Amino acid sequence: MSAAAAAQVEITHEVGLHARPSVKFTKLAKTFAADIEIALAADGPWFDAKSIVKVMAAKAPKGTVLHLRASGEGAESAVKALVALIERDFDEAAEGEAHVRTG
Amino acid sequence: MCGPVRLTGRPASGGYAEGPIFCLDNDTGGYVPKGTAAAEAQALRAAIEAASEQLAVLAGASTGEAADMLEFQAAMLADVSLSESAFAAIDAGMPADRAWSDALAGEIAGYEAAQDEYFRARAADLKDIRQQVLDALTSAGTRTAPLGAILFGEDIAPTRFLATDWSAGGGIALSKGSSASHVAMLARSRGVPMVVGLGSIAGGIAGIALLDAEHGGIVLGPTAGDLEEFRRSSAAYGERRRSAEATLARPAATANGVPVRVLVNVADPADVERIDVASCDGVGLMRTEFLFGRELPDEETQYRAYRRVLEWAGGKPVTIRTIDAGGDKPVPGFTVAEGNPFLGLRGIRLSLARPEVFRVQIRALLRAAVHGNLKVMFPMISVPDEYARATALFAEEAANLAREEVAHAMPPLGIMVEVPSVAIAPEHFADAAFFSIGSNDLTQYVMAAARDNTAVAALNSVTNPAVLTLISAVAAFGVLHGIPVSLCGDAGGDPVAIPHLLKAGLRDLSAAPAQLALAKAAVAGVTV
Repeated sequence: MSAAAAAQVEITHEVGLHARPSVKFTKLAKTFAADIEIALAADGPWFDAKSIVKVMAAKAPKGTVLHLRASGEGAESAVKALVALIERDFDEAAEGEAHVRTG
Repeated sequence: MCGPVRLTGRPASGGYAEGPIFCLDNDTGGYVPKGTAAAEAQALRAAIEAASEQLAVLAGASTGEAADMLEFQAAMLADVSLSESAFAAIDAGMPADRAWSDALAGEIAGYEAAQDEYFRARAADLKDIRQQVLDALTSAGTRTAPLGAILFGEDIAPTRFLATDWSAGGGIALSKGSSASHVAMLARSRGVPMVVGLGSIAGGIAGIALLDAEHGGIVLGPTAGDLEEFRRSSAAYGERRRSAEATLARPAATANGVPVRVLVNVADPADVERIDVASCDGVGLMRTEFLFGRELPDEETQYRAYRRVLEWAGGKPVTIRTIDAGGDKPVPGFTVAEGNPFLGLRGIRLSLARPEVFRVQIRALLRAAVHGNLKVMFPMISVPDEYARATALFAEEAANLAREEVAHAMPPLGIMVEVPSVAIAPEHFADAAFFSIGSNDLTQYVMAAARDNTAVAALNSVTNPAVLTLISAVAAFGVLHGIPVSLCGDAGGDPVAIPHLLKAGLRDLSAAPAQLALAKAAVAGVTV
């Protein structure tokens, strides 16, 4: 099965995509079979999201809009999961089940 | 070396250290080339593996910051992207040590060129990784510093810091370095004095050095006079720290044993991470304007910020003030431009004029209230009707949350006493759950002297008898009617004002985090 997915998300974590978040980000990326890449602009350059060396080299500070794209098996769920991790500030803020019950 | 050498840098972790210099940069072992490209590649693979194992051993013995840093280094080292250019160079005939050094040099240069201080500081991690693998290649780097030594070098590897025994003192002096580095964070948490940015020094250095990480300097080859002065400063520093820590750790009380609660003012939820919750009696004022800095924050953002502080306080009271925009605190898209903003649409007046914005904050507060001991207060209350309307909005939103089955709780709702109409006639506000005297605004309104105008600064005095008369009247009214009264302006942390405030009958003060120790010391000097 082949698929492709893409998304954009703003990094709101205080120091950006730095050491600890990058470890979490690449660890999560590696749990998916899809090829996943990130970029700081829509037209690239694109970096391998599973390589911490490449992700750190992107040097994305707070406020950066990160572009993600993935292709191959599970592309869509990979992008969804990575976007969610960034939106949760890499689980580093003091919060747990913060997400609202809207019912 | 003839005569003392004095270098000036920047403190990265406070304190004083006196001891023998230990040069970090002399650690270059010789590498013996292996002959064939295949043998070179094998040597590099083995060295990377050995360095990874060493990291795993250190990680197993570490927690917190150090463990995170080691996990990061291990992840970098495990990434083939880091070494692929080294293996390519080895294939082209380069020996393993140079191939590895060159490959890392490119990465390090990339970090050193970064705009962001945080990313720039990661160059030290990359150098650390480079050195660990080189050490494994050459079996070098096994020299250990003598106990109590001052480690001197261009920069220091975090793993080197962790492998050093600091139990007998010692310190770190770097010609480059950064106070944002992992090592600086580790040094601060372990209390190891550290100075960065000392600049390079010609020739080899050795002998005894005096490291002053309070001001940021080092003396190499000190004179007897240097030593005497250094020990005096060092002893005074230790004394100041001990007495500040001892004062901070104890609950505040006056000289005659009357307990006084000293709370802390918080402007940003991140502030609390730097405060020991044991050193204060809770949060007397959490401002919420910071949240409204660039744009109006949504309910979730506010909820998380409030909850974070409540959870930090762990059951101690946290008084959050609803948005106090206007006056000297404009918020784009919320406040209005006025000719006389201190007397205009600010504080609760603005919140009531913009209920759609206020309701979002109210919902966030009601939801956060289940996570701790929350109290909420309204700024700039002038007439009882404002309090009634604000509490009605709280009741409406609580009903809405109940209907939506969202967890929430109704906190005690109090008022700031800062407009003279309230201070003069507090009996009209006896419905409020508590009073918190905002001494900055109360003073400027009583004295008709703007607090941001230096030309009238002498008039803007909280110890003016008229201001103190109002404060003691409000305190007395509170005692009589069972309404708690506290004070949260700058005066609460001012050692000159504190004796007057306690004599006026106040027993709850709230001060900025940096004033906490001074405020407690000032309380201890008063007899009431």
